[in-house]
Amino acid sequence: MHDLSVAALALGLRNRDFSSTELTQHCLQRIRALDPHYNSFISVDEVGALDAARQADARLAAGETAPLLGIPLAHKDIFCTSGLRTSCGSKMLDNFIPPYDATVTRRLRDAGTVLLGKTNMDEFAMGSSSETSFYGSSRNPWDTSRVPGGSSGGSAAAVAARLVPLATGTDTGGSIRQPASFCGITGLKPTYGRVSRLGMVAYASSLDQGGPMARTAEDCALLLNAIAGFDPQDSTSSEQPVEDYTAQLAQPLSGLRIGLPREYFGEGLEQATGERVRAALALLELQGATLVDITLPHTGLSIPTYYIIAPAEASTNLSRYDGVRYGHRCENPRNLHDLYTRSRQEGFGEEVKRRILVGTYALSAGYYDAYYRKAQQVRRLIRQDFLDAFTDVDVIAGPTTPGPAFGLGAKTSDPVSMYLEDVYTLAVNLAGLPAMSVPAGQVNGLPVGLQLIGQHFDESRLLNVAHQLQQASDWHLQLPPEAGL
Amino acid sequence: MNWEVVIGLEVHLQLATESKIFSGAATRFGAEPNTQACAVDLAMPGMLPVLNEQAVRYAVMFGLGIGAEIGLRSVFDRKNYFYPDLPKGYQISQFQEPIVGRGHFDIQLEDGSVRRIGITRAHLEEDAGKSLHEDFHDQTGIDLNRAGTPLLEIVSEPDLRSAEEAVAYLKTLHSLVTSLGISDGNMAEGSMRCDINLSLRPAGSETLGTRAEIKNVNSFRFVEKAIHHEVERQADILESGGKVVQETRLYDADRDETRSMRSKEVANDYRYFPEPDLLPVVIEQSWVDSIRASLPELPAARRERFIADYGLGAYDATVLAAERPLAEFYEAVAKGCGDAKIAANWVQVELLGQLNRNDLQLSESPVHAPALAVLLQRILDGSISGKIGKQVFEAMWAGEGDADSIIEARGLRQVSDSSALRAMVAEVIRDNPEQVQQYLAADEGRRKKLSGFFVGQIMKLSRGQANPQMVSNLLNEQLADAGKNGDT
Amino acid sequence: MLTVVKVMTVHQDDIEKLAELARVRIPAEEAAEVTARIATILGLVDQLQSVDTAAVEPMANPLDAVQRLRADAVTEANQREAFQAIAPAVENGLYLVPKVIE
Repeated sequence: MHDLSVAALALGLRNRDFSSTELTQHCLQRIRALDPHYNSFISVDEVGALDAARQADARLAAGETAPLLGIPLAHKDIFCTSGLRTSCGSKMLDNFIPPYDATVTRRLRDAGTVLLGKTNMDEFAMGSSSETSFYGSSRNPWDTSRVPGGSSGGSAAAVAARLVPLATGTDTGGSIRQPASFCGITGLKPTYGRVSRLGMVAYASSLDQGGPMARTAEDCALLLNAIAGFDPQDSTSSEQPVEDYTAQLAQPLSGLRIGLPREYFGEGLEQATGERVRAALALLELQGATLVDITLPHTGLSIPTYYIIAPAEASTNLSRYDGVRYGHRCENPRNLHDLYTRSRQEGFGEEVKRRILVGTYALSAGYYDAYYRKAQQVRRLIRQDFLDAFTDVDVIAGPTTPGPAFGLGAKTSDPVSMYLEDVYTLAVNLAGLPAMSVPAGQVNGLPVGLQLIGQHFDESRLLNVAHQLQQASDWHLQLPPEAGL
Repeated sequence: MNWEVVIGLEVHLQLATESKIFSGAATRFGAEPNTQACAVDLAMPGMLPVLNEQAVRYAVMFGLGIGAEIGLRSVFDRKNYFYPDLPKGYQISQFQEPIVGRGHFDIQLEDGSVRRIGITRAHLEEDAGKSLHEDFHDQTGIDLNRAGTPLLEIVSEPDLRSAEEAVAYLKTLHSLVTSLGISDGNMAEGSMRCDINLSLRPAGSETLGTRAEIKNVNSFRFVEKAIHHEVERQADILESGGKVVQETRLYDADRDETRSMRSKEVANDYRYFPEPDLLPVVIEQSWVDSIRASLPELPAARRERFIADYGLGAYDATVLAAERPLAEFYEAVAKGCGDAKIAANWVQVELLGQLNRNDLQLSESPVHAPALAVLLQRILDGSISGKIGKQVFEAMWAGEGDADSIIEARGLRQVSDSSALRAMVAEVIRDNPEQVQQYLAADEGRRKKLSGFFVGQIMKLSRGQANPQMVSNLLNEQLADAGKNGDT
Repeated sequence: MLTVVKVMTVHQDDIEKLAELARVRIPAEEAAEVTARIATILGLVDQLQSVDTAAVEPMANPLDAVQRLRADAVTEANQREAFQAIAPAVENGLYLVPKVIE
């Protein structure tokens, strides 16, 4: 059962080959048995899941055929879930049980999905390895001595290990695509504004975007169908009409122009990874796509730009965690200042505090123009690179990361080297574009991801290209060693 | 040393919206603590602001009311600081691109002179919650009902030169915003709060002295007292050779003093930057034009109209036009009785006098405009005299009924029967021969004075009900006759 | 590809000021290390200064969208009980903090 795609599971449920309760129990059993290896879940809600499964079974019995009805899934622990702890990977919110749902959570509840639990992540989504989690690192199912990537590392590991067929993630600078790439699954970061941010704990407001993580492009499309759309309670949500993201999957690729940015294939890209990516691109070429060399001249600047904008926004987004209304509060505060300082000192981990300080610096008197404002200007140049490129090509492609998953602890002592890992993913968030990571083979038994970048609101085209690649390859079907148990 | 006082005011005005500026929680005053604080107001994780259209409309109305440039593009920023009544750790405000730019309005001083006061800007922002310091065993209680109430912060130029001007500014502003209907202007409930920036400089100097800011002064009277106190404090410092420290001070109404608020002064660095959860606010000129077309009449225009249409003097027109409820009351009385001047007189002297004596608002007046208009009609049609009218008004105030029933019940109708009056006049002339002789011997000027004596006697005889105009005519007639008779 | 114009120098007492502004505390034994790390990050960020952006409008939103306005209607009911059930210290409906002195 755990090897079936979401589309196949939905068919099985409709045909009564198995019930949602059986499917849910199967997933819960796998989580119990296997997750101690991966630490991909922060919370598992067995009671709630079985309850939701029973309700889904009743709706199925009544003849309902909603595409995700009865399908188990997991949420990154950044999406608020009413009545279920939402920790954001932080001690600060270890005791936080929201009395409300995020829009994404609510939509998926309404779609009849079965929530199994909440997945592990870098604290407040600040990281590329899931190692900054208060709940300990998640591990990569392909090699548990390596990271699953981050910040949506728990979701990626859980999907890769076949603990759950679908998961949500969020992507501020690559946090869906990089772990998808490291764990050999398919992940989509939608256009900024496509998926509501309401109830999604904020990291960097102008960059954050939630999206689907699954084994196939088709499964991502099914999940995106359920979560995309305008939300009047999110001012940055787009009123652009939503498409059926499965409608274009079967479109042939003939005539498609794919741009390969020179900057994504240069110095810094590991050779073996580059070879896998080129092999995947060759497959697309065989299907009728044309590969075109392009340039995105400001690519290198996306790292400093991102590492100003994201910490600046984060530093103030995290001011609300003050020990007054919810979350961690220190014992016996001596005075107001002590309440704030000690609650935050105890509640936040090192990387979070570091980014708060960097962001505070960037916004402090005398530096705003030189840093934040400057970064927002460079951001426009970075977006313009893409808009220029898209006058000639339909999709842009390259590696998701410079190399495969690195070892646990390999980069924790040097945050800058960790930041450099994000060089291919950051610009997409700065420009607000949709992008995917799709499995493209392996290097020494570790998955490699092909990144596809689309024009604003062109998610259908990305899913189409990814689906066609998956029709012609079996990289997305590879099973991590221990997950076969 | 002769000091010139330089004052600029920052007024925080609560806008009269139903819901908050960024959330759908109610803004009603006086609710149980934290029952009007929703997830957005409490800064729960993942919550996002959405801007209230009415708050934007009210800000535009204000801008149009002071002839200001309207920011067709304005931007919300985050102002970052930690305080328990500020749940997000930042206030959403407008810093670099406010919705209302430079404008002005005129204030009238008691001596009748008019001064034009510049408005630097006005911007939208959210109010903070309230800290309650009593009764929590050395802890402070936080009520976030007020958090997120829309505020318009109105910043004046440092154009004010005295406490009197500052109070006139605030009264004019109050009259403007209540006329626009964008705020209830209720100072006791904190709908209009004032920060005073004050400095002194030697008379004639062009450079500004160091200023102190006095926070949160919440009544016209306290503004006046706080200014007097602060002027004295700064003058004392300067005259003893000291320097005024730029700082924030708090006016303590109980002790009538200002004192330094050092706790708020610690290294303020608000780290303003554009609020990424909100997008730039872009409004269409056509929307602004449609708001302009639907603006209610403003006090300044109303004042001009009262002068032109009703022939009122400048002072009467200013008083009656200032607040919309009073202006509407006055116009109803004037139209109802048909005489704008007598209406102006009665509304100002009798009505406002009674309201003041009883400490009542106009809305609480037991005498309504149509009833007052009927009373004035009775004076105008000669049914009663003005003096009797005052008696009737007092009876109406006391709830004894309408003018006609009081006149009837008390038998106050004026005697206009000429034969009865003629008899009374004759009686008074007969009974006062000495005064008649004096009258006849007097010149024209003195005669006027002496005729007052006879009128008084006649009114006494009629218990005040004689028609004064008829009495005067009949008296002149009969005295003239008496003179002729005497000659013969 | 990039030119580093200058390396930003950050001192330990700057970091302490920032920590105070942000209400976090850096333990004395970690202060030097945190300072060094932040200096490295800021060094990276100084690359931005080499770009000529004189004519570039800052980009607040990737879609250059503008703010939507909400109708003025009360849509939120009182949920004090649910919100205060997860609060660390409340009394009589108020959130409690150590005494605020003005």
